Amino acid sequence: MRIGITLILLLGGCKPPPEGRAAMPGADVQRGRALVQRTGCAACHVIPGIRWPQGRLGPDLTHFARQGMIAGRVPNRPDMLAAFVRNAPALVSGTTMPAMPLNEGEARDVAAYLYTLD
Amino acid sequence: MTWLPIFTRSTEQALSGWPPPVLDPAGPFASSITTLSWILFAMAGAVLALVLAALWVALAGSQRLRSRLGGTRVVWLAGIALPVVVLTALLIYGLSLTRTLRTPPQPSDIRVRVTGEMWWWRVAYLDRAGGVAMMDANEIHIPVGRTVTVELESSDIIHSFWVPRLSGKIDMVPGRRNVLRMQADAPGVYAGQCAEYCGGAHALMGFMVVAHDPDDYARFMAARARPAPQPGGQAARGAQLFQDSGCGACHRIAGTEANGLAGPDLSHVGSRRTLGAGILPNNRGTMIGWIGDPQSLKPGNRMPAYSTLPGQDLTAIAAYLETRR
Ligand code: HEC
Ligand SMILES: [Cu+2]
Repeated sequence: MRIGITLILLLGGCKPPPEGRAAMPGADVQRGRALVQRTGCAACHVIPGIRWPQGRLGPDLTHFARQGMIAGRVPNRPDMLAAFVRNAPALVSGTTMPAMPLNEGEARDVAAYLYTLD
Repeated sequence: MTWLPIFTRSTEQALSGWPPPVLDPAGPFASSITTLSWILFAMAGAVLALVLAALWVALAGSQRLRSRLGGTRVVWLAGIALPVVVLTALLIYGLSLTRTLRTPPQPSDIRVRVTGEMWWWRVAYLDRAGGVAMMDANEIHIPVGRTVTVELESSDIIHSFWVPRLSGKIDMVPGRRNVLRMQADAPGVYAGQCAEYCGGAHALMGFMVVAHDPDDYARFMAARARPAPQPGGQAARGAQLFQDSGCGACHRIAGTEANGLAGPDLSHVGSRRTLGAGILPNNRGTMIGWIGDPQSLKPGNRMPAYSTLPGQDLTAIAAYLETRR
């Protein structure tokens, strides 16, 4: 019994980052995917689930949800990501990724979609 | 025909390379073709029904019916007379229809010359005398309610010009000039697509026809005829980089030293709805992605990748091209 509890506690330590990390209340993954397609994000990124295009100028977004950092510079958190996809140069100066034509709500949808790329 | 979901696609979907909707006419020329199509479908259906009925009689009909089907009279009537009458009528109808689509330019027509290139469209707006009034690419602007005569040529191999909602489809043959008339009854954006296999990127050879209200059209064309404003700040740096990187060897930008003709005219690229010949939406991001690595987006196309340019430079060039509206 005691060993069992210890085991559970130990294994609990191996859990991936807390669930809350990718929580985007009120955001819509499907809408996010449609927005990604409409704005042409895939012109620079390989995005699993989007068959075409598969641009290669920017980083591959397969497993994006597992990344610790965005663009290697800012922590990969929902609020940060929503701000980044909307206006990347404001967060990461010098990045090639430009501000994209998305409003705040749309940016949250896009971020929610990106967190499905596990 | 919105109840035919597989034929009806939004512009957004057309942007991603999917064929634009057919059997959904938006002008008189496309309407007559759609009518012809439905007549053909109906007739094909009737013939199929007739053949199936004959088959049923042959397999399971009564002795009396079977003997009727067996005689030479049936062959003469249903096998020869009927097809001759029906097909002749159809031929006359079809030819007279295509003639209205292909009449040479009338004085009142708007004239546009479109040249098929691997894998994009060279566009020239012509004046009354047939001289080139303005050059552009991958997008054609027309006024609503006016007949537009499109003169079609090819500079390499056979392509085919097709805007299903506005007109028929006709090949662009090297060394020939084919003519097709089109008209839009309502303002809007109508997708077009190359309809003759022309090599690897054929499926990624699309374009847009934008129909304006007459006033709007006049304003639009007048604005384009005025010289573009001098770029400032980041765009000015982009203009310099455009020149230094040699883009002008392949691209023309009106009023600048760039006068290359191997690639699309970029004088008005900032106002295009799409990039890469109808395949990507046009915004800062897709512009950077295209210039930095067009080969990943349209494999085999004739523009080299500029992935060696630093991101800041790609951004500046994109900012410059955005000002060319
Ligand atoms: C060797 C010739 C060549 C050079 C050099 C070249 N391009 Fe291109 N470019 C092309 C061709 C050809 C296309 C059309 C490709 C297609 O759609 O098939 C094109 C397409 C484009 C388009 C898309 C136009 C549209 O209407 O969709 C842009 C923008 C563009 N080029 C920008 C540039 C810039 C900026 C440079 C310089 C950094 C450059 N090009 C250098 C040949 C060239
Ligand atoms: Cu083609």
